[in-house]
Amino acid sequence: MDIIEKQIELKAAPGRVWRALTDHREFGEWFRVKMDQPFVEGQASRGRILYPGFEHLTFEVQVVRLQPEALFAFTWHPYAVDPKVDYSQETPTLVEFRLQKSATGTLLTVTESGFDKLPAHRRDTVLRMNISGWEEQLRNIERYVAS
Amino acid sequence: MSHPSEIVSKRASYAPVFAALGDATRLSLIAKLAHGVPCSISTLTEETKLTRQAVTKHLRVLEQARLVRSRREGRESRFALNPEPLDAARRYLSLVSRQWDDALDRLRDFVER
Repeated sequence: MDIIEKQIELKAAPGRVWRALTDHREFGEWFRVKMDQPFVEGQASRGRILYPGFEHLTFEVQVVRLQPEALFAFTWHPYAVDPKVDYSQETPTLVEFRLQKSATGTLLTVTESGFDKLPAHRRDTVLRMNISGWEEQLRNIERYVAS
Repeated sequence: MSHPSEIVSKRASYAPVFAALGDATRLSLIAKLAHGVPCSISTLTEETKLTRQAVTKHLRVLEQARLVRSRREGRESRFALNPEPLDAARRYLSLVSRQWDDALDRLRDFVER
């Protein structure tokens, strides 16, 4: 499976981390985006990117799951930074934040997956896939190519 | 190094690459071609349990994703690896990965202050 996974140990209680992730104003603080409305499960949430150089861009996520202090999941078009590209034609990726209470605070795991999903209009051109650890496979290939 | 927005704007072209790589048979074909020697379908079918037709089908998927190129030589086509889409796809993923690192650093500062 094509997936980006990050783990970070935070010295803050799960309740604090949950608020920073899912309160749209707090999320905006560290994610550098000004959200127009709260995150609601099953709904889209929009805002403006405040990241220097990208202020002209709209930020949009579709909230998939809000499971308090455990899981926050949304789909989006990752770093859709080119206004000339119509990202809505692409299949979005899935971002998941998982929280686990730890001895010193919270263990946060972030995954982003779905990079192999083709836009619907192109999907029929590719065979059904049997996805398995492509990143590991990519490293194998890299070794082959390098040797 | 390409500008980030340039890498990202080409994202649409990575999905077929990731999709094409998500198959054990196709990966083994790429592994064979990674030695740098262009191979015929017969050569690629050898030592596999697959039919020539099955191998051909997988090669077409790789070709559509631009991961292999074919060239006609006499009566047979020879297939060669094109590493460029692999590199581009990897650059894209590492860019997204770095952006997450930055965002999580800011989250840490935010919740721990």
